[in-house]
Amino acid sequence: MKLNRRQILLLLPAAAVAWDFVLAGNPESSPNYKMSDHWWGMLIDIAKCIGCGSCVRACAMENDVPEGYFRTWIERYHVADWHIENPQVDSPHGGMDGFPPGKTEDGKNFFVPKMCNQCVDSPCSQVCPVGATFHTPDGVVLVDYDYCLGCRYCIQACPYGCRFFHPKKHTADKCTLCYHRITKGLTTACCEACPTGARQLADLKNPNDPIHAFLKTHSVQVLKPHLATGSKLFYNGLDGSVR
Amino acid sequence: MEGFMYPNEVELQWSILIVLYPYLTGLVAGAFILASLERVFRVEEVKPTYRLALLTALAFLIVAPLPLQLHLGHPERSLEMYLTPHRSSAMAMFGFVYLWYLMVVLVVEIWLDYRRDIVRLAESSRGVRGLFYRILALGSYDVSPAALRIDDRVGWIITLIGIPSAFLLHGYVGFIFGSVKANPWWSTPLMPVVFLFSAMVSGIALVLSMYMLTCAMRHVAVDMRCLDTIAKYLFYTFVIDFALEMLDLIHRIYESDESFRSLDFMVHTRLFYSQILIQIFLGTLAPLALLSFTQVITFSVAARRRIYAMASVLTLVGIFAMRWNVVIGGQLFSKSFLGYTTYKMSFVTREGLLPAVALMILPFVILYVLIKILPPWQEEHPVVAEAHGDD
Amino acid sequence: MGEFKDIAHLIRLAGVFLFGLILFLVFRAVTIPKSFGQYGPFRGAALVELSSRPLAFAGHEACENCHPDVAELKAKGVHKSINCESCHGPLAKHADDPGNVKPVLPDVAQLCIRCHSENIAKPAGFPQVNVKEHFAGQACNTCHKPHSPGFDVGAKK
Repeated sequence: MKLNRRQILLLLPAAAVAWDFVLAGNPESSPNYKMSDHWWGMLIDIAKCIGCGSCVRACAMENDVPEGYFRTWIERYHVADWHIENPQVDSPHGGMDGFPPGKTEDGKNFFVPKMCNQCVDSPCSQVCPVGATFHTPDGVVLVDYDYCLGCRYCIQACPYGCRFFHPKKHTADKCTLCYHRITKGLTTACCEACPTGARQLADLKNPNDPIHAFLKTHSVQVLKPHLATGSKLFYNGLDGSVR
Repeated sequence: MEGFMYPNEVELQWSILIVLYPYLTGLVAGAFILASLERVFRVEEVKPTYRLALLTALAFLIVAPLPLQLHLGHPERSLEMYLTPHRSSAMAMFGFVYLWYLMVVLVVEIWLDYRRDIVRLAESSRGVRGLFYRILALGSYDVSPAALRIDDRVGWIITLIGIPSAFLLHGYVGFIFGSVKANPWWSTPLMPVVFLFSAMVSGIALVLSMYMLTCAMRHVAVDMRCLDTIAKYLFYTFVIDFALEMLDLIHRIYESDESFRSLDFMVHTRLFYSQILIQIFLGTLAPLALLSFTQVITFSVAARRRIYAMASVLTLVGIFAMRWNVVIGGQLFSKSFLGYTTYKMSFVTREGLLPAVALMILPFVILYVLIKILPPWQEEHPVVAEAHGDD
Repeated sequence: MGEFKDIAHLIRLAGVFLFGLILFLVFRAVTIPKSFGQYGPFRGAALVELSSRPLAFAGHEACENCHPDVAELKAKGVHKSINCESCHGPLAKHADDPGNVKPVLPDVAQLCIRCHSENIAKPAGFPQVNVKEHFAGQACNTCHKPHSPGFDVGAKK
């Protein structure tokens, strides 16, 4: 795109406004962000996920996720007929490079994006011996990289497999719900990159957030409800075969 | 990797060092409980092993935190567990249970039991050695009958408190695993109980072997009444331990919940050697059979000694295999129940086999030093060559 | 009171323990991070640290502020709900310094395939093509405008 001088003169202040918007505050110094006004969750719509892997790549770029480890990943399910207890699942490189075409077999096929469930009663923070993984007042489960001992008890305790041991930091690590973005009024990197709107950040405390209407009109599920983790990752149209 | 695993699950988080840790603390709890049999329950027969059992427990308890330190991503931050313990975390609370047991139970009990010897050595030794014993005596040289009576009384109370403390010490380790609802191989209320009884079994077997070994090294006759009693307690404890493990197994097979198929496959394939062959056959059924023979058939002294030695070695190997099967086994299957991974144990790295072997040898080195500093035996026994073939 | 003599060593022992406890409490008071417990059982300063990470993605509003014409074009087509950086990659550095940091245009051949190559698990109504059969050899934007795809042979924007 070629710009003439006039257009550049108009664009630079617009860029400055845009950047200010991008940089606005952190929980303590931002007058615009009050933790007690928010309660974060996420909605994933299985019917819309096309398994392109954009979310996995975006997360890795936004958060410097080390190669071979995943803060979010996509699984592809094949469920033959009525065998919902024996699905065939694959996740090549976490779905980061998309998926191979797949065999045309009788049955159901679909993608399931996975990530930290930001549980209200998270087993991970329950078992942390020192308080290095914790709940923020706005409902996000985070890891304090300067305090974590690297004992890996939290990784063992997470039922969803969303935690890993960071090979360079030597601490536990996981999805932070892009805390550095959502506290600035932006959405998470994965939601920003998703082309179909399968992933949507939700602020459960905001009465205007579309999730409230969605929850009232759709059948939503959480993963492993029998473990009562208080998961805030809601799935629309999650098949019974999904583990 | 076989089948499907969540991408972050393929690599194991807890290595052989974390297998070693419950093994070491288990030996401590078991050795202490054997010692407390004499002190609290007045089982006179095991008196020859009293001090040895206490020193063994101390040597192993000193080494117990070392595998954890080697495993941590940031060992320099480990003190945080004492500074800001997270009260809902079993691991954090265990730090205090460990400290309580080490300082208040074990060290105080040993100090009280040895005080007369410490004072004697403080008064008779010279130089650095003398200074060491004088510090150990805390500058107090009162060994009057009244003082010793009070020591005995306080020691009795400490041992009494020590028994539930020992139960807590190793039961807690079982709870650290048993309370993880995410892992069906670990999550069962039986876990602390199974851990505790297998700890007692391994601890008793250790003291039995150490007693036989130290007698052989000192060219002193083994007190067969003592040995027979220890073997009897080993047998009873083993029966309970075996019953508990069978209960867990039968319950799992019968209920057959969503994890069962995956775990069953894992046991028959990935854990075949360590669980079926080593833990169950070699490590449980064989020593149980050997010990039960000695309870119903009268063998000669030499035969009994050999049977007890064999049974205790097999037991020690079997209980190590049990720890391996719990810790490593719990990480070999996917929480999606659709796949399996393998444990690639390295050799010379921080969490490899070599440090693990070194940490297994270290307690014996420390025990040797402790025996030199605080001799468990009065050397007024005449030195007797081992008698062969008599009853 | 004579019994006091007999338990003197126990009192010394208790003294050692008490000294140890006091030492521990002092050490604890000095070493615990100041912000610990501010919002809960964790180091409060961590919240500031974790929310101060630099951004890699600028967010679509930042793009639309400077490029309203593209935004308008996109809003009319079937790609209207796709955010700019979904295809163009993270551009916070470009938004910060548009003059000096130039974004690299994505490789069309790889980009379009990721979403549109046919896959058994994609939702049935989603436009998918068998890449080899669809139009072998040519770049997708020979016929389709990425910002507003619709069949239009010859157009490149």
